[in-house]
Amino acid sequence: MGREKGETCPMIEIQNVSKRYGNKLAVNDVSFTIKKGEILGFLGRNGAGKSTTMNIVTGYISASSGRVLLDGYDILENPREFKRRIGYLPEMPPLYMDMTVDEYLRFVCSIKDVKKNYIKSHLDDITELIRITDVRRRLIKNLSKGYKQRVGMAQALVGNPEVVIMDEPTVGLDPKQIIEIRKLIKQLGEDHTIVLSSHILHEVADVCERVVIINQGKIVAQDTLENLTKNVSDSSRFRLRIAGPEREVYKVIRELPGTRTVDEMGSKEIDSFDFLVEADRNADIRRPLFHQMSKLGYPILMLRPMDIELEDIFLQLTNDKGEEQ
Amino acid sequence: MLAIWKREIQNYFLTSIGYVFMGIFLLVGGLMFFLTNIMSASSDLSGMLGNLNYLFMLIVPILTMKLLSEEKRNKSDQLLLTSPRSIWDIILGKFFAACSVIVFSTVITLFYVIILAVYSNVTYPALIATNYLGFLLLGFSYVSIGVLMSALTENQVSAAVLTIGVNLLLQILENVGSSITIPGLSFLNTVFSWMSLYKRYNDFSAGILSLANVIYYVSFCGVMLFLAVRVIDKRRWSEG
Repeated sequence: MGREKGETCPMIEIQNVSKRYGNKLAVNDVSFTIKKGEILGFLGRNGAGKSTTMNIVTGYISASSGRVLLDGYDILENPREFKRRIGYLPEMPPLYMDMTVDEYLRFVCSIKDVKKNYIKSHLDDITELIRITDVRRRLIKNLSKGYKQRVGMAQALVGNPEVVIMDEPTVGLDPKQIIEIRKLIKQLGEDHTIVLSSHILHEVADVCERVVIINQGKIVAQDTLENLTKNVSDSSRFRLRIAGPEREVYKVIRELPGTRTVDEMGSKEIDSFDFLVEADRNADIRRPLFHQMSKLGYPILMLRPMDIELEDIFLQLTNDKGEEQ
Repeated sequence: MLAIWKREIQNYFLTSIGYVFMGIFLLVGGLMFFLTNIMSASSDLSGMLGNLNYLFMLIVPILTMKLLSEEKRNKSDQLLLTSPRSIWDIILGKFFAACSVIVFSTVITLFYVIILAVYSNVTYPALIATNYLGFLLLGFSYVSIGVLMSALTENQVSAAVLTIGVNLLLQILENVGSSITIPGLSFLNTVFSWMSLYKRYNDFSAGILSLANVIYYVSFCGVMLFLAVRVIDKRRWSEG
C-alpha cells in the first residue's frame, strides 16, 4: 500500500507465452510486462485470446510454452507464492450460489491464507469498499447481476493481492452499474496493480493508462493511449450539417485546401444535408468552411469534431494483422 | 484442505444432498436392522451392514457426483485453482467431506449396536468392530471412485451413472474372474479376485482384521484420488 505511482519496475513479466489447443494456437508467443501500480488495459476482439492469456497469467491453465513471472516468482516453480499475490475476477465470477455473501467471502479468506483474527476486519474493509455491506447476509443466487459482479470483485481483493486481474468486468451490466464498476476500478488502481481485459474500447480509454492489444493470439500493439492515437492518424474528422443544396455544398467542401475526403450522409433534418469530412490535422478547415458557407448563405447547423477513436486504432491494427496472415 | 472440507460439509447440509443421503441410508438401515436382527432375533450385524453396502454402491454417488463436475461447469474451479491451494488440497478436502458424511451416518447406526447390547447377548464385540471398519473402508473406496468420476465429467448425472457403473463392475469382478476357465488365462482369476473390492470386505464381515486388506482399501483410495488429481492437472494443460 501507499506505493508511489509511476514506478517502473515490472510486476508481472510474461515471456514468450504460447498456448496450443490441438492444432490451433490460441495464444502465439505473447510477451509483455505489467508495471507496478499501473492499470493496464488488455484489449482484443472476442476470441482474440484475451481470456486464455488471463487464465494463464493467473495459473488457472498452463501455457504450452513460455514463462510467467510475478515479482520474480515463476508460476510453475512457485505456484503458491505466485497465486498468493494475485486476485482474479474471471469473465464469469466464480461464485457458490447456495452460500450467503458472507459465508462465501469467509471461505475465500480461508483458501487464500488470510489470518483468522484478521478476517473480520478485512471483510469489513472490502465490503465497505465494494459497497456490498447491505447484502452480506443474502444468498448469492438471489442477488442481481451487478451485485454478483461486485461479490466477484470482492473475492478478487481478498488477501490484499498486489495484482488484481479482471476479465471483462462490466459485461452484462446496465449503464449505471458500468459507471460504478469503472469508478471502483479506478479507485482500486490507487493501491493495486490492475489488469483489465475488455473489448469495450471506451472502458479501456476511461480507466487505463496503457493498453496491450491482442489479435488472433498475437500482440499487435502495446503503448499508452496517447501514443497509439498519435501514431494511427494525422487527420481529423468532422460531422457537418448544412442547410443548402447537397451537390453544391459537397463541391465547396471538396475544394477547401486540406480536405481529404467528403462523404455525403444524406438528410437527417428538413432542408439540410449531413457530411462526414476528413481533413489534414494541421490544416484547420473549419474557418474557411465557415466563410465559404456564409458567403453562399448556407447556414452551418452543426459542426461536430469526431476524434480518432480507439475503435479506429483498434480496427486498423487488427485488420492490418489480419490481412498479413 | 480444511477450508474446502468445511465448505463441502456446509454445502451438503445447505442443499438437500446431505439430507437425502442420510434419509435414505437411515431409513433402509432401520428396515434392514428390523428385518435381519429384530425379526429374526439375531445379534449378528453383518447381515445388515452387508445389505447396506449394496445401498452404498447406489447412493454414495449422490454425495460425490457434484464435487468436481459442478465446479468445472460453474467455473467456480477458477477460484480454487487460482488460489494458493494445491490440487491435492482441493481433492482431499472434497474426499474427506464426503467420507465425513458417511462416517456421520454410520455413527448413527451404532444406536442399533446399543440396542443389541442391551437386549441381547453380543458374543463377539470385535466382530462388530471389524464389520464396521470394513463397511467404512468400502464406503470410502466408493467415494474415491466417485471423486475420480466427478473429475472426469462436467455433468453430474454422468458422474453419478459412471460411479454406479464402476462400483458394480468392481463388485462383480470376482465372479468374472472365477468364470474364466480358459487354461492360459487362469491367472486373471487371481488378478480379478485380488482386485475385487467386495471380496476383501467378506474378510472383515467374517471378523478377520488383516492389515493387507486395510492397506488395500487405503491404497485403492489413494490411487483413485491420485488419478483425479492427474485428470484435473492435465485439463489445465490441454483445455481452456
